[in-house]
Amino acid sequence: MDSPGGILALLEADGVVAGYGETDILHGVSVTVDDGEIVTIIGPNGCGKSTLMKTIAGLVKVRSGRVRFRGEDISGAPPERVVGKGLCYVPQAANIFASLSIRENLEMGAFLRKDDYRGRINDMFGLFPDLAQAPGRKAHTLSGGQRQMLAIARALMLDPALLLLDEPSAGLSPAMLDMVFERIAGINATGVAMLLVEHNAREALGMSSRGYVLAGGENRLEDTGPELLANPEISRLYLGGR
Amino acid sequence: MTVRWQNIGGKLPRLPRWWTPAHTAAAVALLVVALGILPVLKMSLVVNGVFLGGIIALGAIGLSLVFGILNFANVAHGDYMITGAYVAFFFIDSFLPLLGIEGQGLGPFTFGYPLLIALPFGALAGAVAAIALDSLIYRRLRLRGANAAVLAMTSLGLAIAIRGLAQIIWGTQVLSYPRESRQVFHLPLDVRIPPDSLFIAVVAIILVVSVYLLLTRTRMGKAMRATADNPDLALVTGINTQRVIWATWAIGGGLAAIAGVLLAVSQAQLLPIMGWKFLIPLFAAVVLGGIGNPYGALVGAFIIGVTMEVSTQWINPSYKPAVAFAIMIVMLLARPRGLFGGSGPG
Amino acid sequence: MEFAGILDYAVGFVVMAGIYSVLALGLNVQWGFTGLFNIGIAGFFALGAYTSALLTGPPPQGQFEDFVFGGDWAQTGGLGLGIDLWFFLGIGAAMLVCAAVALVIGYVTLRLNDDYLAIATLGIAESVRLFFLNEKWAANGSRGLYNIPQFLEGWIAPDKYDYLYVVVVLGVLAVLFLAMQQAVRSPWGRVLRAIREDEVAAEASGKDVSKFKLQAFVLGAVIMGVGGALYAHNIRFLSPQTFDPLLATFIIWAMLMVGGSGNNVGAVLGAFVVWGIWTGTQFMPGVFKDPNFRFFMIGALIVGVMLLRPGGILGESRRTARGRTAAARPPETGDGG
Ligand SMILES: Nc1ncnc2c1ncn2[C@@H]1O[C@H](COP(=O)(O)OP(=O)(O)OP(=O)(O)O)[C@@H](O)[C@H]1O
Ligand SMILES: [Mg+2]
Repeated sequence: MDSPGGILALLEADGVVAGYGETDILHGVSVTVDDGEIVTIIGPNGCGKSTLMKTIAGLVKVRSGRVRFRGEDISGAPPERVVGKGLCYVPQAANIFASLSIRENLEMGAFLRKDDYRGRINDMFGLFPDLAQAPGRKAHTLSGGQRQMLAIARALMLDPALLLLDEPSAGLSPAMLDMVFERIAGINATGVAMLLVEHNAREALGMSSRGYVLAGGENRLEDTGPELLANPEISRLYLGGR
Repeated sequence: MTVRWQNIGGKLPRLPRWWTPAHTAAAVALLVVALGILPVLKMSLVVNGVFLGGIIALGAIGLSLVFGILNFANVAHGDYMITGAYVAFFFIDSFLPLLGIEGQGLGPFTFGYPLLIALPFGALAGAVAAIALDSLIYRRLRLRGANAAVLAMTSLGLAIAIRGLAQIIWGTQVLSYPRESRQVFHLPLDVRIPPDSLFIAVVAIILVVSVYLLLTRTRMGKAMRATADNPDLALVTGINTQRVIWATWAIGGGLAAIAGVLLAVSQAQLLPIMGWKFLIPLFAAVVLGGIGNPYGALVGAFIIGVTMEVSTQWINPSYKPAVAFAIMIVMLLARPRGLFGGSGPG
Repeated sequence: MEFAGILDYAVGFVVMAGIYSVLALGLNVQWGFTGLFNIGIAGFFALGAYTSALLTGPPPQGQFEDFVFGGDWAQTGGLGLGIDLWFFLGIGAAMLVCAAVALVIGYVTLRLNDDYLAIATLGIAESVRLFFLNEKWAANGSRGLYNIPQFLEGWIAPDKYDYLYVVVVLGVLAVLFLAMQQAVRSPWGRVLRAIREDEVAAEASGKDVSKFKLQAFVLGAVIMGVGGALYAHNIRFLSPQTFDPLLATFIIWAMLMVGGSGNNVGAVLGAFVVWGIWTGTQFMPGVFKDPNFRFFMIGALIVGVMLLRPGGILGESRRTARGRTAAARPPETGDGG
């Protein structure tokens, strides 16, 4: 199936059904991401945004529907194979190896690389100077914003084509928040496509080419970023009060 | 269960967060008491305890690693020990003589150089057995989503089956590596050290240092720590967790097997039940150090080893396992999370 | 003649299988209902057996008996009723001792991770064995106790005693079985199952999880004590060697796993099946007769059941995910996102 633009989509989730134990959480969710774009998913708490991310990353099994990455069916592939194809994922919580040092976290991010990844680590230190200050520091001693940067840097170690970011701004101070969004835009500018789950919908949609609204495990709405921002209902439900 | 590995690869051991001046006072008091006891102690027993601690440490570190990564109590660990000990026995007793390799009295030791050849083969057997059992059994249970209790239960079955197999092959009678009785080294303070103990100590130190280097310097070692820390993140990071598990079994099984050989050397006997019996000091060391913390297990092992030996100054030596058990119970009452546990990350 | 011999054997078999059934019922309360991993059954087995034997048996007599105490209830404790009430007093005392020890061990370990309990039970079993081995004054050390009285001795020819004792054992088993069936179905039993299924959820719904676990652990130990007492008055000889891990711990695990844990019928069925295999194989030719092979077989049986039929003979044991799962879980159990 082709993406709206007519070319093959980078990521294409089509009618995905998934869940935990006996219960389905996602009841047929479809999402596409094209090369180089930022796509944001918003939706109420517990609607299955994180579950969708985990399903794409291979942590949760696809029960029906399919996930394609660069045209290849990756539904049912183990996480380690998905990562190897250039689709890296930053979970919402517990997204760093807390007892490892900063450098060791980055080395783990490069686990699948066969080449010399030291240059890549230095690139990351360039991108996130905070991390470069004490690479030997244990990750659990970092501040919330630094942890988030480490988590993103870890996921970038494999030079992914697509980055899944689950609420990268959760729990950050406003100053930190701007910084994280700035970095995300910067990374995107280097050609990395992003699928973003965000509660700070205004900022996220502002830099996204498209956005999806998820509710109750189903697609509710899909539109370009600016259109969603202009949509009065969306404003009322997800953008107000901030 | 939270796994606490934050002490691994740390720069300097720092005082834990819960440490208060009261703890310092208690530590000083303890030191004073210890200094008071010291003159009464037979130093010989203390030294023997350190050597016993080295053997316990080899078993306990592996047990703790397996605990940290696979998240269950492997009660077959003692039987991995005897696997190594019996395979080494097979080499020394049957296989090497067949090749014309025989030899007695290496230097000051009771054993000959065949033991040095047999030791790595014993370790290999322990590692291979552990990996094979994982591939044949534990892996299938994991894929089925079996919980930790089922895995522990299975390890009980394996403990029995391994011992049964050893008894089928080698019988239940007491065996021993060929020995020559030797002079002991006399040191000041009436300390007598059998030369074998020095050999055990050297092997234990080399292995403990190697495990440390492996965990902190190699990719696989770091991946092991990462997997113990956060298994889901390890998966989505691209770490091959099955390989990590195999590496863990290889190290755990290999160390256990070497501990088994050293135990048979130091006790001058080899019995199928030795492994099961040794579980008590092993687990006591692991509990003392905090479950899943291999460095804690190392320290715990020496505490258990020394206390077990020193206790024989006052009580019947056959109560040594009960002493290890008693220390463990006291520890559970005083500091349930172990000496070094409790402040781990999420 | 031939038939009588077979019947004698069968009755003897039922006595032992019945006693093992009692022990398996005790283990079922701990593991089957509650998920407590007790690998030191032998400790409670021995405590029950020694307690009843020492209290009901005669004081030491003759040069080979070095211990200091024998309660001699069999001679003095009949309460003048003419019936051997001492037997039940002995069982009661065995229950009390096991309860006390289980209470201490459980109190120390059950507040913590389950793994601690397993390790502690291992320690208690070995400590009990070492105590009876080394403390000659307590129970004659490795020479053991060999004047253990029998219930209703003299009512039946000594070589036919099993015909009487089998009634006693099956009676006690029936009482315990019915009581345990009641217990599983009671609200208390439902809480235990809830704990086994999902400890965190049980805790969240306001249940004092460690209290329930402690109760289950103590109850199981008490039943094991009954089994020990029944055993002592059947075999009439106890020594520390009697309680080696194979026949006093491992085989009971095999029984429960084979029969179906979480299921009282399964516990009893498993005891009969495994005891049948155990005693049956000694008549078989070749390798089966080898005690070491039979040792191996017990372990292989447990592993085989876990791999091929986790519910045992009686099928689904309803034992699914508890609190924690192993690392490298299959994808759908992943959490923490
Ligand atoms: N590991 C799990 N096991 C069982 N149920 C889960 C698990 N993780 C999430 N759920 C349930 O699935 C539903 C969707 O959760 P999910 O984390 O996908 O929501 P979300 O949209 O990301 O919410 P939030 O905005 O709070 O992050 C919730 O009802 C949640 O309770
Ligand atoms: Mg979420």
